[in-house]
Amino acid sequence: MGEYVSNVIKIMSEYWDVFLITGVGYTLLLSAITVALGAVLGMVFCLGRMSRIAPLRWLVIAIVEVVRGTPMLLQLYVGYFLVPQLLPFPVSDFFSISVALIVNSAAYLSEVFRSGIQAVDPGQTEAARSLGLSAGQTMVKIIIPQATKNILPALGNEFITIIKETSLASTFFVGELMTSYLKVKGATYLTMECLFIVGALYFLLTFVLSKLLNAFERRLKEND
Amino acid sequence: MIKTVELTKSFEVKKSEPLQVLKGVSEHIKKGEAVSVIGPSGGGKSTFLRCLNLLEKPCGGHIIFEGVDITEKDVDINIHRQKMGMVFQHFNVFPHLTVLDNITLAPVLLKKRSKAEAADQARELLARVGLADKAAEYPKRLSGGQKQRLAIVRALAMEPDVMLFDEPTSALDPEMVGEVLDVIKDLVKEGMTSVIVTHEMGFAREVSSRVLFMDGGVIAESGKPDEVLNHPQNQRTKEFLSKVLV
Ligand SMILES: Nc1ncnc2c1ncn2[C@@H]1O[C@H](COP(=O)(O)OP(=O)(O)O)[C@@H](O)[C@H]1O
Ligand SMILES: [Mg+2]
Repeated sequence: MGEYVSNVIKIMSEYWDVFLITGVGYTLLLSAITVALGAVLGMVFCLGRMSRIAPLRWLVIAIVEVVRGTPMLLQLYVGYFLVPQLLPFPVSDFFSISVALIVNSAAYLSEVFRSGIQAVDPGQTEAARSLGLSAGQTMVKIIIPQATKNILPALGNEFITIIKETSLASTFFVGELMTSYLKVKGATYLTMECLFIVGALYFLLTFVLSKLLNAFERRLKEND
Repeated sequence: MIKTVELTKSFEVKKSEPLQVLKGVSEHIKKGEAVSVIGPSGGGKSTFLRCLNLLEKPCGGHIIFEGVDITEKDVDINIHRQKMGMVFQHFNVFPHLTVLDNITLAPVLLKKRSKAEAADQARELLARVGLADKAAEYPKRLSGGQKQRLAIVRALAMEPDVMLFDEPTSALDPEMVGEVLDVIKDLVKEGMTSVIVTHEMGFAREVSSRVLFMDGGVIAESGKPDEVLNHPQNQRTKEFLSKVLV
């Protein structure tokens, strides 16, 4: 036991920058990019899903079902190989993996948005339309501001989920926290100690974030 | 002002058997009239009212509003809805906007009023219904009666030619019914053309120029309040009135 502790301390003093700066840094960056752009694309999916044009709805339903019904790791593989082939210019692995993560996140978030929008009282739409607002104006001025309250907490949860799921990106050595684990383990052969360190870091990240999120949600409720 | 011709509406509750809610309603609401619509629950009163501004899409027939057949395909209904105010049973005020913004939203957006101009008009309207001091509040701080008065002036801010009320006092505690009915009464006195679905028989008798009795998807009886409420000809009207105790 004492040996483990001293090994952990030794590893941290030597490789702290690999874990904390490269690892945590890239994990947070990748997660933030994924959720931010995933939210934008998710909104597009959501509008497509609720559109009057049937083929558009079917397309989005198909994407969402495929994303839900296949393993994330497989989706990352597809992104890793497919994105460079589809684009006319060379892209980094980080880029390809980000695209796969974004599409995955967008699919889940589009359903979050949709249920958030549908949770708004239909009477709100009726009142707005009866005043003469168009469907688009009603969406922007009346529905989305009210749906945001339902959606923001779910968006935070998605961020926390994605932090953990980005670990799968280490399969492609894109440099996030789990990649740090692979690198340092390769250099030191101290598997358990390295696992402990990245595990603790993941836990700290998600724990702190979920506490922050809870506090934020409580404030949203108080303002209600 | 509003004329309906053989208006029909069915809901597809189950695929095979559509529920026909309006079975050919022809009615002419003239300028300056205050028409009360009474009748048993499920008789199609709300559906009829909601068809008038196309919140419900009729299945057949025509609606002529100020000379325009708004059931025609290429009609921009949003323009016509600006001229038809609607008040709902459950108020449907916008909870994320202040009282003032509830009122100014549509005029600023649709009538291209300046914010200041719309706010002045809104304050005037609020004063008229006794809510002058609530302008900066959010609707959650209002009572039911206050919310409904807000909903009424929100509609009035668009300067409509006709007001449609769907049971405006049914969701209110009894002590708040009066304050809302008073606002509607004043409007009618000023000559606002109104269609009011209501269960308040006393109110219908006092303010309306005409009463429609709707049952089973048709207007079964129509006439002056005294005719319909005190001397009904139709058997179903008689039955209904004997139940609600005029
Ligand atoms: N959106 C809808 N879908 C299915 N059935 C409906 C819908 N709206 C109303 N109905 C049915 O139509 C009938 C008439 O309803 P409504 O017009 O609300 O009557 P009223 O206002 O006179 O009580 C009722 O049987 C009701 O259940
Ligand atoms: Mg009704």
